[in-house]
Amino acid sequence: MSVQSIWLVPVLPLIGFLINGLFRNSLSKSLTGIIGSGTILLSFVVSLLIFGQVRQPGFHGEVVTLFDFITVGKLSIPFAFQVDQLSTLFLLIITGVGFLIHLYSTSYMHEEEAPHFARYFSYLNLFVFSMLLLVLGANFIILFIGWEGVGLCSYLLIGYWFRNLEYGNAAKKAFIMNRIGDLGFLIAIFLMIRQFGSVSFGEVFDHASSARVGTLTAITLLLFVGATGKSAQIPLYTWLPDAMAGPTPVSALIHAATMVTAGIYMIARSHVLYDLTPVTQGVVAVIGLLTALLAATIALKQNDIKKVLAYSTVSQLGYMFLGLGVGAYTGAVFHVMTHAFFKALLFLGAGSVIHAMGGEQDMRRMGGLRKWMPVTNATFLIGCVAIAGIPPFSGFFSKDEILAAAYAKNPVYYGVGLFTALLTAFYMFRLYATTFAGQFRGTHDQEHHLHESPSAITIPLIVLAALAAVAGFLGIPEALAPDAHVLGKYLAPVIGGEPKSEVAHGTEIGLMALAAILAAATSLFAWSRFKSKPDLAEPTGFGKVLANKWYVDELYNAIIVKPLDLLAQLLVFIEKNIIDGIVNGVGRLVQYSSRQLRLLQSGQVGGYVLLMVVGILVLFLVELFVKK
Amino acid sequence: MPINYYIFLAVALFCIGVAGVLTRRNAIIIFMCIELMLNAVNLLLVAFSKMHYHALSATAPHAGVDGQLFVFFIMVVAAAEVSVGLAVIVMMYRNTHSIDVNFLNRLKH
Repeated sequence: MSVQSIWLVPVLPLIGFLINGLFRNSLSKSLTGIIGSGTILLSFVVSLLIFGQVRQPGFHGEVVTLFDFITVGKLSIPFAFQVDQLSTLFLLIITGVGFLIHLYSTSYMHEEEAPHFARYFSYLNLFVFSMLLLVLGANFIILFIGWEGVGLCSYLLIGYWFRNLEYGNAAKKAFIMNRIGDLGFLIAIFLMIRQFGSVSFGEVFDHASSARVGTLTAITLLLFVGATGKSAQIPLYTWLPDAMAGPTPVSALIHAATMVTAGIYMIARSHVLYDLTPVTQGVVAVIGLLTALLAATIALKQNDIKKVLAYSTVSQLGYMFLGLGVGAYTGAVFHVMTHAFFKALLFLGAGSVIHAMGGEQDMRRMGGLRKWMPVTNATFLIGCVAIAGIPPFSGFFSKDEILAAAYAKNPVYYGVGLFTALLTAFYMFRLYATTFAGQFRGTHDQEHHLHESPSAITIPLIVLAALAAVAGFLGIPEALAPDAHVLGKYLAPVIGGEPKSEVAHGTEIGLMALAAILAAATSLFAWSRFKSKPDLAEPTGFGKVLANKWYVDELYNAIIVKPLDLLAQLLVFIEKNIIDGIVNGVGRLVQYSSRQLRLLQSGQVGGYVLLMVVGILVLFLVELFVKK
Repeated sequence: MPINYYIFLAVALFCIGVAGVLTRRNAIIIFMCIELMLNAVNLLLVAFSKMHYHALSATAPHAGVDGQLFVFFIMVVAAAEVSVGLAVIVMMYRNTHSIDVNFLNRLKH
């Protein structure tokens, strides 16, 4: 299939969205499921065919222009798609993982009524469409359209059960947080237009080296502000844990295939700009590292199974930004890929557990589930091992690549990163042990209800588990086997060169072994500590601070929401009393004067004529006596 | 004869006309007063045109002709107006058996 037919990839989900959205009242549930998942599957097949073209050696990226989009003066923005190694890799992740999540949803959401079921699938399809647009766009404007699209869809899906006020609030929070970041992105685009007179990737990156470093720093920092919103970094990360309000497959979609990886993609795509601005790189690395650490500490004390996973996503995203900040773009993209597999796996596994528990999400009331759910148990364990960074599972390789690059840049980064990795291993095995090991702690009814999930749920789990287990071998580090980094070689035309480790091979192997042994030890420690006596007590002391998420939400409430609320109340007062007063006063004045003037219309012709004559006389007098 | 006399006469006629329109209630008399005002203006136009002609006749042979032309215009318009107006008054009389204008104040509503 030729690269020109790339437009099929986003259009197919769009068609699915339109059909499911427009005919939601007449389609049966099975038909909705087939349309919703089928369009994504087709899109995945097209992506695979295009991948076949792109992976040929010597393919150097192509821009497929569909039509003119905006032409204003000298600025011309075509509706064009960028087909190269990076975007194709993302296409595969989005449509592949996206399809598995759609398949899973057909079973998970089966209890919804048909119109709502179709509404759900239409949102999912629109979500995938927006993300594909974001990844495929050949300029920042198309990217921005997709960027806004995923923001909208996350709002719609988080608030899918909109009858619950709290869920609606979570949706609004996600949307507003994203809007704050989007503003930064938008200003960055304006700066780019002023500086380069263009927003297409090709032109901006070609002329980047001639721009002043100050301007570039401003552009890259503002782009990063956009990325902190979309990819949930400090200070705009608080929406992501709240986004758990949506159905579980939606969380999987947001966390793995779409949405949060947008920021990583955008920075990896514009790595040319970031390479020129060391200041921004430092900011990105530090923010990423802090986010990783902060979120990992919070995850230690959460008891909601989805909240733990949410904070682990924030933490893993922090890793990716650390990778971007230290220049390990391949490593970051590699981690996006492995993370997509194991995080989708973990969320879908959690969904399977929640399904079996009849909607219960608190892991203090679970326990011992491996007896009832062997497939979920096994796949979930693989996910945990992968995210904990235990070789040879995928998380180890991608995390190690980032950590090695961080070590080369600054050993402090490495130290904090390693510590965070250990925290990750700890809370993941706390989660696993509390949920699957020990005795069942729920009610008798729940115990009676426990069952393994149907095959539409277990098949995606098995596929994702297989991917999470082996995907790491795509990026075997140079130190272990020369010339084995398949992903690095594949991405080289876009991101530039095999990832060169500036650390001696001996040191790197040492670091790797250290990380692997410590992660395994921490995992075993957590497992043995929580498998028989899970941590059920209410946290106290420092644990309480962690359980309350460092009180960040409360802090934001106090320093941003409250003052804004007060200002709003003041403005309401001004609006109601002063502005409305003026407007109503004008109206009342006109009414009053017209009531008085109406008396002149008596119907007596004589009166009218008299007025006319008086008027003429006045004009005469004015003409005669007023000096010009 | 100086032009002042013509002007005085015309102003006097005009004022009589205005006063008549303002004070009388009989539609026909109001009508006649309007004619009076029109003719006062006619008189002025003719007088000015004549005097103007005297002042300029040496250089411009057709000076003052436009003033006299206007008079004919006004006469024609007045004739048309009279015919329409009288017709209105006749209809008014047929409908109300009166030609008192104050009786016809229903335009108010």
